[in-house]
Amino acid sequence: MMRLFARNRHTVQRLGFSLITLMAVVTVLPIVGTIIFILLKGGSAISFEFLSGFPHNGMRAGGILPAIIGTLYLTIGTAVFSVPLGIAAAIYLAEYAKDNQVTRLIRLAIINLAGIPSVVYGLFGLGLFVLFLQFGTSILAASLTLSIMTLPVIISTAEEALRSVPQAFRTVSISLGATRWQTIRRIVLKEALPGILTGVILGLERAAGETAPILFTGAAFFLPRLPQSPFDATMALPYHLFVISTQVPEMPIQIQYGTALVLLVFVLSMNMIATVIRSRARAKRQW
Amino acid sequence: MTNKITIESLSLQYSDGTESLRGISMGIRQNAVTVLFGPAGGGKSTLLRCLNRLNDLTEVKASSGKILIDGENILDPQIDVIALRRKVGMVFARPVPLPMSIRENIIYGLELAGEKRKSKLDDAVERSLKLSAVWDEVKDRLNDPAIALSGGQQQRLCLARVIALQPEVILMDEPTSGLDPISTGKVEAALLELKKEYTVILVPHSIQQAARTADHAAFFLQGELIEYDDGKKMFTTPKQKKTEDYIMGRFG
Repeated sequence: MMRLFARNRHTVQRLGFSLITLMAVVTVLPIVGTIIFILLKGGSAISFEFLSGFPHNGMRAGGILPAIIGTLYLTIGTAVFSVPLGIAAAIYLAEYAKDNQVTRLIRLAIINLAGIPSVVYGLFGLGLFVLFLQFGTSILAASLTLSIMTLPVIISTAEEALRSVPQAFRTVSISLGATRWQTIRRIVLKEALPGILTGVILGLERAAGETAPILFTGAAFFLPRLPQSPFDATMALPYHLFVISTQVPEMPIQIQYGTALVLLVFVLSMNMIATVIRSRARAKRQW
Repeated sequence: MTNKITIESLSLQYSDGTESLRGISMGIRQNAVTVLFGPAGGGKSTLLRCLNRLNDLTEVKASSGKILIDGENILDPQIDVIALRRKVGMVFARPVPLPMSIRENIIYGLELAGEKRKSKLDDAVERSLKLSAVWDEVKDRLNDPAIALSGGQQQRLCLARVIALQPEVILMDEPTSGLDPISTGKVEAALLELKKEYTVILVPHSIQQAARTADHAAFFLQGELIEYDDGKKMFTTPKQKKTEDYIMGRFG
């Protein structure tokens, strides 16, 4: 009887482990599956002409250059607004803010900002930037809208990175006659930079792939030329993908998947850069 | 000998109620090692942190009294705290090399003070590393990361970092608590050199160290200064019963 129970326990354990391993593997499947699927279906569309040409024949042929350039512009535009603001806010929260009502209110705002559905950001951007501030449907309005959406990601990862720098560095630096700001600039920011950069890239990556916030604020259905100024509207990969997948009849399927593949590579390579920065910094870190 | 520092009825309470000081009055001699000793929580570190206003970083509930350094009350909110911290340097219990090279650690404070001339900086590096008895061990690898040094070397580097600023007072808060006896010996030997030029205030990590190093010794218990005397007298014939009990190891 005892032996039977003992064997049973082992069997249960082995079963448990197998189940957990299976679940871990299952989490990998969607990402690998998506990549392979899109690669197989869209790989044949990728050519120099596809990457460097304009769409023609009602977007059923030609390339997607304007969408690629547009997404690049939007990502850069988003970075211009959200990175300085996000890092400044993180420095304030991590280094200066006292634990009081105002700080708690700011934190609450950031948490809630992260929870707002992206289409709501789009409507907000339409109301504020496009109509009220009269930026029109433009790269500027879309970048600002994406910036607001990206801010909470940048702020919270940057704050986390700043807080992980050991307190003792700050105390020592101040005891050597540094001001608080000198300490932050020369020690804390330098040490937190890889973590901050990782957060920035992850935030921008999300912005690059979003459709809803740019839908009403800056994305164009089709443009025969590249945008010339921040006040021009632009084509963008995610919106272009949406358009050619749902709005254009008799669309060749390779072009759809080719576009998806380009967007995927764009976003994943940003992810890869973040990973490289993080692992390099971890190897070099002196604490 | 003259008093470098005069403390007048200094009282202080932290907001979290951990440690406090109650009515401390004492004079601290120039060019001597003054040792503050006693059981944990007695207020020794708190007093050190008052002397360079590092307590400004902590939540302090109430404080009163004066600390005069060269006749100037450094607790006055109007004083230049940055200048004070350059004049009153501090070595902490655990060595904390800043995340940069050995050389950069030494010149960190000097550069912040506006010194840019390479010759001056080089001189400061050599002089301070020699005074803190670590020059021979690091002179060939000044550009290596400071973290690569052993614990004992790191602590002497931290001492050199303070010396480089040419302070007048050096505060040391259990600077050898994490070190092996050989490294401890080197730091203590450096003390003898240091007191020729500086006023040293040391919180020792043991009574033995207190007895070895003290020109003057002050015994702190629960925020009060129990006894303050010449070092030799204190550790051979203490006047107070509590001091004697502590030195004899009856409590603590």
